Amino acid sequence: MKAPLKSTLLILLCGLLWACSGGESNVTTGNRDGILHLGNGTDPQELDPHIVTGVPEHKILTALLEGLVLKDPATLEPIPGVAERWEVSDDGKHYRFYLRHNARWSNGDPVTAGDFAWSWWRALQPALGNQYAYMLFVIKGAEAYYKGSIKDFERVGIHVIDDYTLEVELANPTPYFLQLLDHYSYFPVHRATIEKFGGADERGSQWTRPGNFVGNGPYNLSEWRLFKRVVVSKNPYYWDADKVTINAIHFHPTENVTTEERMFRSGQLHRTASIPIDKVASYRKHHPELLYTQAYLGNYFYRFNTRVPQLSDKRVRRALAMSIDRDAIVKQVTKGNELPAYTFTPPDTLGYTAPDGFRYDPDKARQLLAEAGYPGGKGFPVTELLYNTSEGHRKIAVAIQQMWYEQLGIKIVLNNQDWKVYLNSVENGDYAIARAGWIGDYVDPNTFLDMWVSGGGNNLTGWANTRYDQLILKLAPEASDPAERYRLMQEAEALLLEDMPLIPIYIYTSKNLVHPSLKGLQPNLLDYSLYKRLHLDASFSGEVIH
Amino acid sequence: MTESVAITDLADAEQGTSLWKDAWVRLRKNHLALFGLGVMLFLCVIALLTPWIAPYGYETQNLQLGASPPSAEHWLGTDIFGRDMLTRIMYGSRVSLAVGFIATAVALLIGVLYGTVAGFAGGRVDAVMMRLVDILYALPFMIFIVLLMVVFGRNILLLFLAIGAVEWLTMARIVRGQVQSLRRQEFIEAAISLGLSRWTIIRRHLIPNTLGPVIVYTTLTIPSVMLLEAFLSFLGLGIQPPQSSWGLLISYGVETMEEYPWLLIFPGLTLSITLFALNFLGDGLRDALDPRASKD
Amino acid sequence: MSRFILSRLLQAIPVLLVVITATFFLVRAAPGGPFSAEKTVPPEVVKALEARYKLDQPMWQQYLSYLDDLVHGEFGPSFRYPGRSVNELILGGLPTTAELAFYAMLVAILIGACAGVMAALKPNTPQDYIPMSAAMLGICMPSFLMGPLLVLIFGVWLEWLPVSGWGDLPGDKILPAITLGTGYAAYIARLSRGGMLEVMSQDYIRTARAKGLPEWVVVLKHGLRGGLIPVVAFLGPAFAGLLSGSFVVETIFQIPGLGRFYVQAAFNRDYTMILGTTVFFAALIVLFNLLSDIVAVWINPKLRHQLREGH
Repeated sequence: MKAPLKSTLLILLCGLLWACSGGESNVTTGNRDGILHLGNGTDPQELDPHIVTGVPEHKILTALLEGLVLKDPATLEPIPGVAERWEVSDDGKHYRFYLRHNARWSNGDPVTAGDFAWSWWRALQPALGNQYAYMLFVIKGAEAYYKGSIKDFERVGIHVIDDYTLEVELANPTPYFLQLLDHYSYFPVHRATIEKFGGADERGSQWTRPGNFVGNGPYNLSEWRLFKRVVVSKNPYYWDADKVTINAIHFHPTENVTTEERMFRSGQLHRTASIPIDKVASYRKHHPELLYTQAYLGNYFYRFNTRVPQLSDKRVRRALAMSIDRDAIVKQVTKGNELPAYTFTPPDTLGYTAPDGFRYDPDKARQLLAEAGYPGGKGFPVTELLYNTSEGHRKIAVAIQQMWYEQLGIKIVLNNQDWKVYLNSVENGDYAIARAGWIGDYVDPNTFLDMWVSGGGNNLTGWANTRYDQLILKLAPEASDPAERYRLMQEAEALLLEDMPLIPIYIYTSKNLVHPSLKGLQPNLLDYSLYKRLHLDASFSGEVIH
Repeated sequence: MTESVAITDLADAEQGTSLWKDAWVRLRKNHLALFGLGVMLFLCVIALLTPWIAPYGYETQNLQLGASPPSAEHWLGTDIFGRDMLTRIMYGSRVSLAVGFIATAVALLIGVLYGTVAGFAGGRVDAVMMRLVDILYALPFMIFIVLLMVVFGRNILLLFLAIGAVEWLTMARIVRGQVQSLRRQEFIEAAISLGLSRWTIIRRHLIPNTLGPVIVYTTLTIPSVMLLEAFLSFLGLGIQPPQSSWGLLISYGVETMEEYPWLLIFPGLTLSITLFALNFLGDGLRDALDPRASKD
Repeated sequence: MSRFILSRLLQAIPVLLVVITATFFLVRAAPGGPFSAEKTVPPEVVKALEARYKLDQPMWQQYLSYLDDLVHGEFGPSFRYPGRSVNELILGGLPTTAELAFYAMLVAILIGACAGVMAALKPNTPQDYIPMSAAMLGICMPSFLMGPLLVLIFGVWLEWLPVSGWGDLPGDKILPAITLGTGYAAYIARLSRGGMLEVMSQDYIRTARAKGLPEWVVVLKHGLRGGLIPVVAFLGPAFAGLLSGSFVVETIFQIPGLGRFYVQAAFNRDYTMILGTTVFFAALIVLFNLLSDIVAVWINPKLRHQLREGH
């Protein structure tokens, strides 16, 4: 009976030996052939810029399509994209874009002002189910058109002057408008291709498949296999093709961050989308040159349901906020150089910094709690802290649960729910305290502040303040002077932090591992890179990192 | 010849107590099985006494200390919150052992009864019963769990229910297969011809004779139940942090096995020892209860 | 025999119908719709999407039109992947998962049956304890632990095998197959040891030995046939389990298989995808259970006899 066992072992051994003999790593072959391998997080759902919602999709689409304006990755200031220059009127409401004549689609067609107008019209078709249609609402009449109160698209502030001149009229002076143009909801799409494969507002037609896709970005879609990879290769028609040095990019779906880190270590990726929390310390110690951490435009916070009796008192909410030792959380739990947050808007968001709304002060917290009628936590009902199932959220919740118990004597029970159930609970107000995260859509305090207006779709705390609404919805947008606008927003944020319907915990960081052969990355708040500025140093091989 | 064998068998089965007494005598001779029994008893005693003998509180954190390797203060080290691992493993044993035993018992009870009835009845009854098993196999388990959670809220009893609901299916299939092959054996036919009622035959002859594979499968079910608990707790059903169980400790330990290996090694070792003990005990029981197998 | 198979296939129809119906209403009862997201989706968008996927129709109408599609072999469009149909997704993931399950099964049977039979031939000796303890390790080690451990040793430290992928690099199928197979190997080892012990003490084995047949003939020809019955009963559900339970392994090794689609669909409330995969898996389970019953009948002469008598 030993023979079968022996032969099994033999087969396995042969397999192993055969396996060990071959196989150059992706990084080695990539550096030689000019192919960039990127970890890209979740598997992309779709590649239609007016349907997608996620960051992974954004990273692929910026290779395939290009808006009127790009961002300089170093400063995040607008730089010319399809538009080679633009003019802004004195009242800040009229933009005139002059499109470059050599901009081409990947089939050779010229990119015209009409393409943009048609694409934006498409993005505003309700039947398409575009979740980011609201990004276009800064354009005059766009919201009314989308909601059906204007039927005539001519009345929306998008005017084609000629093939290479586009004028846009805004509802209010919007200092961040140029930034929006680099968001996928403003990307142009190729009309003839879309109409060939279905209606303009048809969701999920075949036009985004490799072979069908026509774009105007530096790369062309050449392969898209679910859960496997998306491959884009150089578009010879791209107006700036001379500057594009990388021949192809492979986007690898890497939902499992642990696996992603191992792929990186064995030379399968040039850059990861993330890094497991527990690995940060060891990379910082042994390979600091591979670890990139950079403040990211997002806030990790807890929502209060202000309709829950014990949380309706702002003294209680402030006490809870003031008794979290954020430095300990950032150093011991999340470990990624996150910035402890005492405001909701990340500090220095294009020059805007809100005054700190509170400090870590357990003594003051105990005093506030006592004033609210719960001295030493006595009589405070057991309260539930809700988070969606994830290692990181769990760790933070466990640490905070204990801090509140030790500092305030308050008993918290944790409740983790599957993502969709969690969303459902929060939307229905079926929670007491709930973990949340907010990533800015663009670099401007408005994307952090307009969500807290009374009854806002993302407010969900039951908190309402008329002065706040007035500041955010009326006074700030209409302010003519940028400094005055920021001052009004600071006033609003101070109100928000005084009432504390939420507890800011930390400002996100983007954390990546980058192979030394990948050059030209410029860290910024948006984890944004211009592929045409990257290049691979062929002198590096993809040796395994120990 | 066959007649007389059958009758002796019947006589044996009538005196259920002596069967167990004999088994105990045989079990006592099996040192490995006794060792397994000893370990299990020890673990149960520890689990019961944990609240009084644990060196630390299971939720007491020391964030400044963080994850530290085994030391004089913390024999098995601490986790990233600076919580004592020995304490957490001890508290975890309460959850894991309870879930392991109770959920398995539920699965065992349903599975054996169901499988025996189906296998013995045969024909149309069997077909309908086994198609029901097929249906339950096929339903999306995760959606089922999420629904349970939402409808009934979070509850440790639900955990038993959910686990029992899945685990009995395979048990039923195995027992049915066994019963089918037993049914045509002489002593069962003899029992039928003697006019014993179906229920009596099932109870006295079929179930005892399926004990072998059932015990084996049970020793396999307990560990998989303990691990299933970790998965369900991870999904939000079952226990919530800061409470813990072996399965959860292991799944957390896997994440950091390169950085803090002791967070994986100690809970892993505990679970492995338990499983080995169970396994030895199971084998011993099987041999002890089934005199035919232990001869030669 | 063919009547038996035919009647079982006919029985499968009501089974599948119940599975479809139950799943259809279960997924719609689960909280959280397919279109909810971190940033609250504006109500107009939700309305447009529900209209697109006919979710605004009454439930019974949705149900009937789903059944109608199903009869025509259509599983409908996926909610999560707007440009893909469920048919396309399942067909895309199936070959990979089936291949993985097949290799894993091979690993499981080879290791499991060898260990179990070896152990049963000399019970309560080291030849019993060592393989059985090794098999036990397979159970102690859930795949979420086994996978990373194997990867760490063979992929990262020794650099012998790729850490992830499927069919991209030479040898990248080895670790996933072992990871998935070992758990089942342990079950098979336990079951075959039990079965063999049972059989080897039976009279007909003694008769065979008394006839002076060499021991290996006794074991292979007479012993295995009876001894592996419990294993065969287990194989059907096990293979179905391998197919639908490959999720963890597929995630660890980034394998584009069906198991991942299935669990992702459940998390994302991708109704059509959940239904499609469930129906598909249900059909597979029914099929494999039938196969394992057929094999059980085939190797067990008594059952064969019973069938011929008229069941």
